[in-house]
Amino acid sequence: MSGADTFPKLLLENATRIGGHPANREKDLGIWQTWNWSQVADEVRALACGLAALGFKRGDKLIIVGDNRPQLYWGMTAAQAIGGIPVPVYQDSVAKEMAFVVDHAEARFALVEDQEQVDKLLEIRETVPRLEQIIYNDPRGLRNYGQDFLNSYKAIQEKGREYDRANPDFYEKSVAGGKGADTSVMLYTSGTTGNPKGVVLTHENVMRTARNNQIMENLTADDEILAYLPMAWVGDHIFSFGQNHTAGFCVNCPESGATVMQDLRDIGPTYFFAPPRIFENILTSVMVRMEDAAPIKRRLFHYFMDLAQRVGPRILDGKPVAAGDRLLYALGSILVYGPLKNTLGFSRIRLAYTAGEAIGPDIFDFFRALGINLKQLYGMTEASVFITVQPDGQVDPETVGVPAPEVEVKIADNGEVLFRGPGSFQEYFKAAEATAETKDAEGWVHTGDAGLFNELGHLKIIDRAKDVGKLNDGTLVAPKYIENKLKFFPNIKEAVAFGNGRDYVAAFVNIDLVAMGNWAERHNIAYASYQELAAHPDVLEIARQHVEQVNQDLAQDPNLGGSQIKRFLILHKELDADDGELTRTRKVRRNFIAERYAELIEALYSGQEECHVETEVTFEDGRKGVIAADLKIVNAEIFPVAAELKKAS
Amino acid sequence: MTQQARVIGDTLLKVESISLGFGGVQALSNISFDIKKHEIRAIIGPNGAGKTSMLNVINGFYHPQEGAITFKGEVRRAMRPHEAAKQGIARTFQNVALFKGMSTLDNIMTGRNLRMSKNIFWQMLYLGPARREEMEHRQRVEEIIDFLEIQAIRRTPVGRLPYGLQKRVELARALAMEPELLLLDEPMAGMNVEEKEDMCRFILDVNEQFGTTIALIEHDMGVVMDISDRVVVLDYGRKLADGTPDEVRGNQDVIDAYLGVPHDEGDG
Repeated sequence: MSGADTFPKLLLENATRIGGHPANREKDLGIWQTWNWSQVADEVRALACGLAALGFKRGDKLIIVGDNRPQLYWGMTAAQAIGGIPVPVYQDSVAKEMAFVVDHAEARFALVEDQEQVDKLLEIRETVPRLEQIIYNDPRGLRNYGQDFLNSYKAIQEKGREYDRANPDFYEKSVAGGKGADTSVMLYTSGTTGNPKGVVLTHENVMRTARNNQIMENLTADDEILAYLPMAWVGDHIFSFGQNHTAGFCVNCPESGATVMQDLRDIGPTYFFAPPRIFENILTSVMVRMEDAAPIKRRLFHYFMDLAQRVGPRILDGKPVAAGDRLLYALGSILVYGPLKNTLGFSRIRLAYTAGEAIGPDIFDFFRALGINLKQLYGMTEASVFITVQPDGQVDPETVGVPAPEVEVKIADNGEVLFRGPGSFQEYFKAAEATAETKDAEGWVHTGDAGLFNELGHLKIIDRAKDVGKLNDGTLVAPKYIENKLKFFPNIKEAVAFGNGRDYVAAFVNIDLVAMGNWAERHNIAYASYQELAAHPDVLEIARQHVEQVNQDLAQDPNLGGSQIKRFLILHKELDADDGELTRTRKVRRNFIAERYAELIEALYSGQEECHVETEVTFEDGRKGVIAADLKIVNAEIFPVAAELKKAS
Repeated sequence: MTQQARVIGDTLLKVESISLGFGGVQALSNISFDIKKHEIRAIIGPNGAGKTSMLNVINGFYHPQEGAITFKGEVRRAMRPHEAAKQGIARTFQNVALFKGMSTLDNIMTGRNLRMSKNIFWQMLYLGPARREEMEHRQRVEEIIDFLEIQAIRRTPVGRLPYGLQKRVELARALAMEPELLLLDEPMAGMNVEEKEDMCRFILDVNEQFGTTIALIEHDMGVVMDISDRVVVLDYGRKLADGTPDEVRGNQDVIDAYLGVPHDEGDG
């Protein structure tokens, strides 16, 4: 095993050990460009020396903003090599959000992808006077900017090579000066409340967590992953940066955000992470396309998918399956599963993870039925991702698995999940109070999630601990549990449930424009916008059926059966992170929504059948507008709760 | 592609006393104006003012009964569109004119046709020189795809694309010719605000990065006033005004004829 305790040291080690092995790939002008480990080491060295020549000192922060680009990943190692701390920022942050991070991190330097990000930084420059130098990777559109603090990536590397020639032992000395206990990265968590917090992680945090998981899952230098999730998110940092270095595998960067699905197919990764939403979108698009396929293909698909649902997961887990079914499954692989996986770019997948939200059992089973080893994990930035992981062969859509290697997990008296392990974060940057609230003296980190262990020792997460509430009659309400049940319907994209301190549960619903739009097309329903489709009586009716299905499900549960949805409405706009309704990782900000749509909530809890609403929205270019609508409020049927046959655990 | 600084240069194209009639209809009467190198020149006017006819005259599709066109210092008459194309004039159309069944990539490759020297037999064999040539052209086309951010639809048949994207593909094909003068016939018609903004940015970027001279017809006054260097206003085949956006905006004839009612901002 390697003796390197920091990522720059590990990079040098990789460059000698597997120098010719691909480390990064990027599709540029339609062609995949590859850099091997020794080339990456050179690129990073030039950039690090360039930063030093620009005045970057030990302890300085380097803001990194952009889509996943090899050059930006190199920026991380380059900053670390000379004792700096990379601070990746979500690339779709609006200028104000970015200003907060740049200011809070006290950064003097920024490395950004292109003009779009440069413009944002220029916009906030007055409010963050500390920011001195900006380096951009893609010069397009920036030719006439002319500000002397704007530097091109190439120019900085050129400067760096000169600096390197003049100070030949600078780089080695700087790298050697780093320790495992040094801060390796600061990741700002989007946070469902208040301002983002800067989670401080050390080289040791990231490296040990990355390596533990690598050993558990047998990741090798021959694996391939596609880096398409935001670089500011801890998962991408562990998979596309941490494990890239520890396992030495190649990280592939897509051509652009819009081409991810095609690039996925080009590369055919062996190791893949996606939040449930993406698996859901893939499933929806497969189903939509099958609806449009020729009848014979459709029947073939449904026949073999039924078989796969029945035996696929068992075959994957190595459980006994009848020989006849096995044979049919093999035939199905040739006729349906193989071609389908190939179309999706999943042919070579050995390990797929999902996390972040509950995943619908249908979605989960669909991919496992195809023979894709999809597993759930439970993690957070404060843990350098891994808290629990499902081991091979012990997979269940309801749970998130057993504690990851070296990680301890326990449930507090109030039901909150606590953990302690090698990835536990050091602190929230400049927020000692918040750190103390989250991490106690013994090192236990409070996740804020309510959960329990089942009889097999697998963790099950029900909701945010603070969101679990009670109706006026004392019935338990876990809003997220209800929302997730709603969201498992392909037609429903987002849901927000309310009930704490009320007489009954009520909900907002967002329809899924792709699934519902396709349905509308097949039923000759014309619509011009989300708003129009959402208000269509037939759509309301479909939503009502879904809600009642959820009520029926809930009625089976003696503990949560009282929290059935009595009234709901379909919102006139899609919930959007730009309007602050979702976090950047697309989690619902329930309290913010409750305030913003207070009149709608009042209408849900009064006898009103319709409610007029006007909402300010932010367009992608930052301008604002107002949309108005009259929303119908729908009553749903409530089912009798199953008697408590046996005392629930 | 060469990167040129954006300095407005000498006259690139001059039209003098152009008159064009179809039977009894006088589409253009006695129109004169010029287009300077590297500038963005807008042609505006109400429906039926003769804007598209003017573009058709410039790219050789219509032949005016009277008047002269000087392009790059040479007077020309009665030129066929493909000859105009060879001289460096490319255009897009009001109603998208792409090969619907072909992919985005193939459509843009057709824009390179005039620059290909190997004949069809070489190209069919796809050997040696023809292959090298194809690869060079593909490289240029990929640069344009990158420039216009249409990587995701590279392989999509154009007929399946939404209108806004088709317009972008058409612009890409025109750019593939590496024209000196680019004629855009209502590049933003039928687009929503966001698509319009994208298109504006692309037009400005083309003009700035490649130094391409652009003449465009557009109805959205906000767009015209924002991006053009000079504007010529037509009405019923006559020239009403010619000047910078501010001059045109303040011109009473234009306000009466085109904007209809007196306007404070003129950006209706």
